[in-house]
Amino acid sequence: MAKLKFGVVIFPGSNCDYDTYYALKDVCQQETTFLWHKEHDLKNVDCVILPGGFSYGDYLRSGSIAAFSPLMQEVKEFALKGGLVLGICNGFQVLLELGLLPGAMLRNKNLKFLCQFVHIRVENDKTPFSHRAKKGQILKIPIAHFDGNYFAPPETIQEIKDNNQIVFRYSNAEGQINEESNVNGSAESIAGLINKAGNVMGMMPHPERASELLLSSEEGRVIFESIITKLG
Amino acid sequence: MIDKKIIEEHNLTLEEYEKIIELIGREPNITELGIFSLMWSEHCSYKSSKIHLKKLPVTGKNVIQGPGENAGIIDIGDGLAAVFKIESHNHPSYIEPYQGAATGIGGILRDIFTMGARPIALLDSLRFGPLTKPKNKSVMEGVVSGIAGYGNSIGVPTVGGDIYFNNCYSLNPLVNVFALGIAEKDKIFYAKAEGIGNPVLYVGSKTGRDGIHGATMASAEFDQDSEKKRPNVQVGDPFKEKLLVEACLEVMAKDIIVGIQDMGAAGLTCSTTEMAANSGAGIEINLDLVPQREEGMTPYEMMLSESQERMLIVAKKDKVKEAQEIFSKWDLDAVIIGNVTEGGRLKVKFEGETVVDLPVDAIVNLCPVYNRESKIPSYLKSETIIKPLPSPKNYNKTFLKLLSSATIAEKEWVYRQYDHTVQVNTAFLPGADASVLRIKNTKKALALTLDGNSLYSYLDPLTGGKIAVAEACRNLACVGARPVGVTNCLNFGNPEKPEIMWQLKEVVEGIAQACSAFNIPVTGGNVSFYNDTEGISIHPSPVLGVVGILDDVSKAVNPGFKKEGDSVILLGENKEELGGSEYLKCVFDMEKGIPPQIDLKEEKQIQEFCLEAISEGLIESAHDVSEGGLSISLAECSLLSPQKIGFSLNLQDDMRLDALLFGETQSRIVVSSSNQKSEKLLNLAKQRKVTATILGKTAGDRIIIFHSNKKIIDVPVDEAHKAWKEAIPDIFRIK
Repeated sequence: MAKLKFGVVIFPGSNCDYDTYYALKDVCQQETTFLWHKEHDLKNVDCVILPGGFSYGDYLRSGSIAAFSPLMQEVKEFALKGGLVLGICNGFQVLLELGLLPGAMLRNKNLKFLCQFVHIRVENDKTPFSHRAKKGQILKIPIAHFDGNYFAPPETIQEIKDNNQIVFRYSNAEGQINEESNVNGSAESIAGLINKAGNVMGMMPHPERASELLLSSEEGRVIFESIITKLG
Repeated sequence: MIDKKIIEEHNLTLEEYEKIIELIGREPNITELGIFSLMWSEHCSYKSSKIHLKKLPVTGKNVIQGPGENAGIIDIGDGLAAVFKIESHNHPSYIEPYQGAATGIGGILRDIFTMGARPIALLDSLRFGPLTKPKNKSVMEGVVSGIAGYGNSIGVPTVGGDIYFNNCYSLNPLVNVFALGIAEKDKIFYAKAEGIGNPVLYVGSKTGRDGIHGATMASAEFDQDSEKKRPNVQVGDPFKEKLLVEACLEVMAKDIIVGIQDMGAAGLTCSTTEMAANSGAGIEINLDLVPQREEGMTPYEMMLSESQERMLIVAKKDKVKEAQEIFSKWDLDAVIIGNVTEGGRLKVKFEGETVVDLPVDAIVNLCPVYNRESKIPSYLKSETIIKPLPSPKNYNKTFLKLLSSATIAEKEWVYRQYDHTVQVNTAFLPGADASVLRIKNTKKALALTLDGNSLYSYLDPLTGGKIAVAEACRNLACVGARPVGVTNCLNFGNPEKPEIMWQLKEVVEGIAQACSAFNIPVTGGNVSFYNDTEGISIHPSPVLGVVGILDDVSKAVNPGFKKEGDSVILLGENKEELGGSEYLKCVFDMEKGIPPQIDLKEEKQIQEFCLEAISEGLIESAHDVSEGGLSISLAECSLLSPQKIGFSLNLQDDMRLDALLFGETQSRIVVSSSNQKSEKLLNLAKQRKVTATILGKTAGDRIIIFHSNKKIIDVPVDEAHKAWKEAIPDIFRIK
């Protein structure tokens, strides 16, 4: 197996940077390094992770200022060349602001911050981030966000669906998708979305918080394991 | 000229002013008077509580730092230390709930990382007036979103706490915030200004006019004009503080810092004088160098500002560049504004002139201390007597009513707004008796809890103080953790009223007795007086934060029943005690009677037995009996079990049935044990001389309680769950 290297970006205000590092390095036993937002160096990593948090305090708009960080030029180039990029929570919001993924995030439908375990259903198991799971499989993973209500205009939604870009949808424990299971009000219950090229994914739930049984679930680890086996 | 009116406006007495003149040998100028007024305020000086707090046990073999520093520190083994403290932010939270609560979080977190610890947990103890009043609802909404807004952004999980509702908090809500961090035992930082000539660095946000007189405001009663004090409340910036946390911890990892103190209450004044006083040195600063957000600020305003997210650092002379580079990496101002001097004086320069020249010892250590008059409150004569009461006709109804009372009902509406899973340590989700956080790279975990039933303290402050400690420790015992340290927040009315002073003395005595009995040190805390508005005082409200250790996190036990057919066992004895109960309050609208009494020896025995049984693996679930009594505690075990397992039990005690079901007798724990192990558990109980009674078994999907074989309560778990879970969301639902 080739030697793999993950890079976790630190923006000012990132707060899941250490958690993601811990999940990759200590739980999944992968070489992992931090990438500083002010630099222009991706340190030869194989996969870039934009972690959760409140980059720049989420002032102006979630993820909007971080998208202008110096390092994001390299991340964009890396992504356009086919490099794997995963944005988690605030990282997903940054990917939307960067234009690497379509759409935008609105406030949760109940207008409150939501921290809870949710269930997500695997809709597409052909991506580098989900191929170790099975289509229809239900994963129990926590969310923690204020702005996770995914929105895109109808034609974009149609395109996303036509291209099979929805990787995860919010569901209930039985895998049914309804208004109640769609906790934040996302269009099409979208919890995870991939780009057309299939190498950049954003997701609101936190797989790093569901990678050990001690944390009430290890069902999020399959996402990291998918990347590891894909690249390895 | 300082006249009587100015002295009064600064909340100082004429005698105190005379003492200032005596200490400094002349009349102070207005800036100097401002400095004294802050540092001699009740909030900063503890002048009314100091002599009573001396009763608390503060030493122990694991204590690294007791009271007097930014936070207390306990050795938790593996080269690590737990740094923790609780503080109140009551007054600002009433005036401006969101910012009041948010800056409370910011302040307590600074106390923790100032000492070199990375904050890993927040808990809050909240007290509001009944939610039937719209104002109380809006205060609660504001406070909860303020805590969420700050804590979530900075990335410290809010993992627990407690909430009570009572009329006495309608005009005076309590917001007590607790934070805990972990530091390397040999890398702890203190608030000291050592090394003559070492530079004094100002780090963080710029200084503005916000929060001037905040500490003074928190040291006086409120009246109808309280709303006008809104400009005294500071505004928080969690993003800036997140940068401060990361930058300070990065600087601390290197050999750069001599001493560090956050600028919390009393801002520049407090940090400069305390750091100097702690090491017998002096400090000189030039206000022209202080980063300022507004134009034309006077020395008075700068010294008294409580702008948030600022730190004062004494750095090693030859390392200051290195420090500034790290702060600049995090986009933070780090400016040299002065240096450490000889002679123990605070000198402040402004536009070329010396505007303050005072002995720091006088400011920090020589504030008058008061042994205020105390007197048994007259209300105790009438309030402790209950006339004979009718028994409930329909126990199912009463049971469901209690389950949906705001104090007992599920608080998911609240904790769902708090990020409680960030930092990937949260082993128990909210709802357990105590929060459990694993310590990475060890087998251990920390267990944390806050507790304090103010109704007990109102009716019997001595017992209330004891129970606050005992119940917090019982919470820890239920998850399998032994207590190692205590921090307390004492919320009271105006200490100049003798009846309030009596309450304080009694509560502190109770806390002291219980801490001694459990052999746990108090490592610090906070006293919040003047919780009176329009002449009405809150109930005496001690809030105890207790930290415990689990040696093996895999053995931690939570309250939910695990499987059908397990034996349900009560540890401890039922007594006929209804006074001060949630039942009386909820059903009879009565805050009366003699609250449950407590025998600390018996309590300790039960807790130690519970710990032993958990470590032996004999217990599947454990939950303490508290508000709502035995029936509610049992029900919670069903409601907190993932499968919502019901039970069928038979109680035999010969006493008033409502007292048996809803009375809040102390020293009781409900456990479940699998059939193979329950025999062993009962035998061990016998050996340890602990009363353990099999009540029945977990079974089915109904909550069924018999009394002497007559069915008293029979409710589907789903119905109970709905009552318990929907009560609070219902109140806040927009109709």
